[in-house]
Amino acid sequence: MSTSIDKGTAIFYLQKMMEIRQFEDKIMDLLAQNIAEGGSHLYAGEEAVAVGAMAALRPDDFITSTHRGHGHAIAKGGKLNELMAEILGKATGCCKGKGGSLHLADVSTGNLGANGIVGGGLAMAAGAGLSIKLRKTEQVTLCFIGDGATNQGVFHESLNMVGTWRLPVIYIVENNLYGMSVSVKRASAVTDLAKKAVPYNMPAVTVSGQDVLAVKDAVEAYVKNARAGKGPAMVVCDTYRYYGHSRSDPRVYRTKEEEKYWAEQDPIKLFSAKCVKEGLLSQKDVEELDKFVENEIEEATKFAIESPLPGDAELYTDLFA
Amino acid sequence: MREIAYWQAINEALAEEMTKDPSVFIMGEDVAIYGGAYAVTRGLHAKFGDERVRDTAISEAAIVGAGLGAAITGMRPVVEIMYVDFMGIAMDQLNNQIAKIRYMFGGKTKVPLVIRTEGGAGRTLGAHHSQSLEAWFTHIPGIKVVMPSTPYDAKGLLKAAIREDNPIVYIEHKMLYNTKGPVPETEYVLPIGKADVKKQGKDITLVSWSLTLLHCLKAAEELEKEGISVEVIDLRTLAPLDIDTIVGSVQKTHRLVIAHEAWKTGGFAGEIAAQVMEKAFDHLDAPVSRVCGADVPMPKAPNLERLAIPNKETIKKAVKELLA
Ligand SMILES: Cc1ncc(C[n+]2csc(CCOP(=O)(O)OP(=O)(O)O)c2C)c(N)n1
Ligand SMILES: [Mg+2]
Repeated sequence: MSTSIDKGTAIFYLQKMMEIRQFEDKIMDLLAQNIAEGGSHLYAGEEAVAVGAMAALRPDDFITSTHRGHGHAIAKGGKLNELMAEILGKATGCCKGKGGSLHLADVSTGNLGANGIVGGGLAMAAGAGLSIKLRKTEQVTLCFIGDGATNQGVFHESLNMVGTWRLPVIYIVENNLYGMSVSVKRASAVTDLAKKAVPYNMPAVTVSGQDVLAVKDAVEAYVKNARAGKGPAMVVCDTYRYYGHSRSDPRVYRTKEEEKYWAEQDPIKLFSAKCVKEGLLSQKDVEELDKFVENEIEEATKFAIESPLPGDAELYTDLFA
Repeated sequence: MREIAYWQAINEALAEEMTKDPSVFIMGEDVAIYGGAYAVTRGLHAKFGDERVRDTAISEAAIVGAGLGAAITGMRPVVEIMYVDFMGIAMDQLNNQIAKIRYMFGGKTKVPLVIRTEGGAGRTLGAHHSQSLEAWFTHIPGIKVVMPSTPYDAKGLLKAAIREDNPIVYIEHKMLYNTKGPVPETEYVLPIGKADVKKQGKDITLVSWSLTLLHCLKAAEELEKEGISVEVIDLRTLAPLDIDTIVGSVQKTHRLVIAHEAWKTGGFAGEIAAQVMEKAFDHLDAPVSRVCGADVPMPKAPNLERLAIPNKETIKKAVKELLA
């Protein structure tokens, strides 16, 4: 194992990854049954990225999330009940049912929000970094983005600003090989995405996004630098989303073999196998944890389904402070 | 006549114009292999190949701006912006480049460019995927804005748009894609800038477009049973505005209700009301009434989303209030 961790930490990472996986599987269920309406971009398969990256943070650090934001929200400490309720548009949701999956944001945890606009968090992250610098708080901002978002103009403008002003922002690029149906090869002039940090004078490293500890180590090193005023960096995490881009996606742009290859790199299986192999956890520990999480998700689902919709008067509240 | 879906009508228009004219090509996010987020371009990549049906990166400003560059140098691009909500990213290209280039250059260039996009609420997708932003575009001189409500209009107007030598923002509605209607198999083209009286009536005029127009027709049908005769005008094109058809109708009915899904404040209904005031003030027996979207970002909660946009009942209520 790349870093040595204790049993409690191992359980914590595993639990968070299991929570994300089971949460997403449940959302898929709810969508299929039309209990959840609209769309959801699910994070299943990419759990080690969010959990590993967040493991490097203090509670008061910021993140900006993406349209695929449930995993970020859970890993940053959002409450399962409130997140599930929000996705169903319920009054008890973390955004009172006004945001939904695409705008999931438990602001109290430092999550500056999921975003319906690809690249929508990029400039915001630069501003949060600037604010940290001006307020001299030694916080950091993690800016999560997909491979596809690196082709937006605002990606380049934001990285230039952050690179020039040496702001404490770390980009976590979730390279899951596709932006919707378009592969990195077909969308980006450079396919080694870490190279996109170079013109903006920031270091970058590529790690396996299926390995929670590898992600954590890489992010932790850059976070330390950023807190010390040494500026921004990028961590590219190679990963894969299990589900289609959205519910209606027939996934014709990728092969069964590719899906199978990545299913074998499952971040939860890899990490639990490692923990068992190294004697940190027993198989029984893993199974018990899985059961525990199952209960948590059942509870959250029940809470969300039984919660009321917002009252009609809520339509006009919250527009201005 | 055969009936086809709205998405199919658009798909046919694209295929026919691409077959006819080799300078027509399509580019946008997920338009090729995937066939479009709402499957409107399905089959076209297989039929016309990589060069003419191009998947792009997620780069709205470049998609729209490159459309301009290709248009002024001999091609007739049809670019797709997946959701109208993402047009914000491309707005400089549209407002400062596309809309102005011909005028600024003294009429010495043409911009045969179609920007196809999609808008509207109804799928509880929340604030970034549910907007109706047509008033952004109608505010800019130099751009035509088309918003069809039926498969027949969608096909005929898109064909006309592709043949136009001017930039056109062509906005579909996500809740219309699977609606069906009669579309002839023989070729036809509809004029851009001409409204369509979808139902004749004598007591009151109802003006609308896109999905809300269908709500108006249902409302009119029910009101008819209550003895209220409603004339329903489908604008089809917002810019240029066919004000004559509206004024003609108001001269007959003396009452006007305008309904649209977009925000009320600064919405296109205000422009129509102002023009009717200027041109037919003496014919009005009541103030012009607007039934519009609530002036808030679209909430996720399904009940609040329904409340935020016009429907058959709110339209009927406005008509009755004006006649009371
Ligand atoms: C500005 C904008 N353009 C397009 C979309 C539609 N869209 C949503 S997610 C997505 C793909 C994003 O790809 P990537 O950044 O790689 O993230 P991933 O979905 O793979 O996690 C697209 C094209 C959008 N939501 N916003
Ligand atoms: Mg991706």
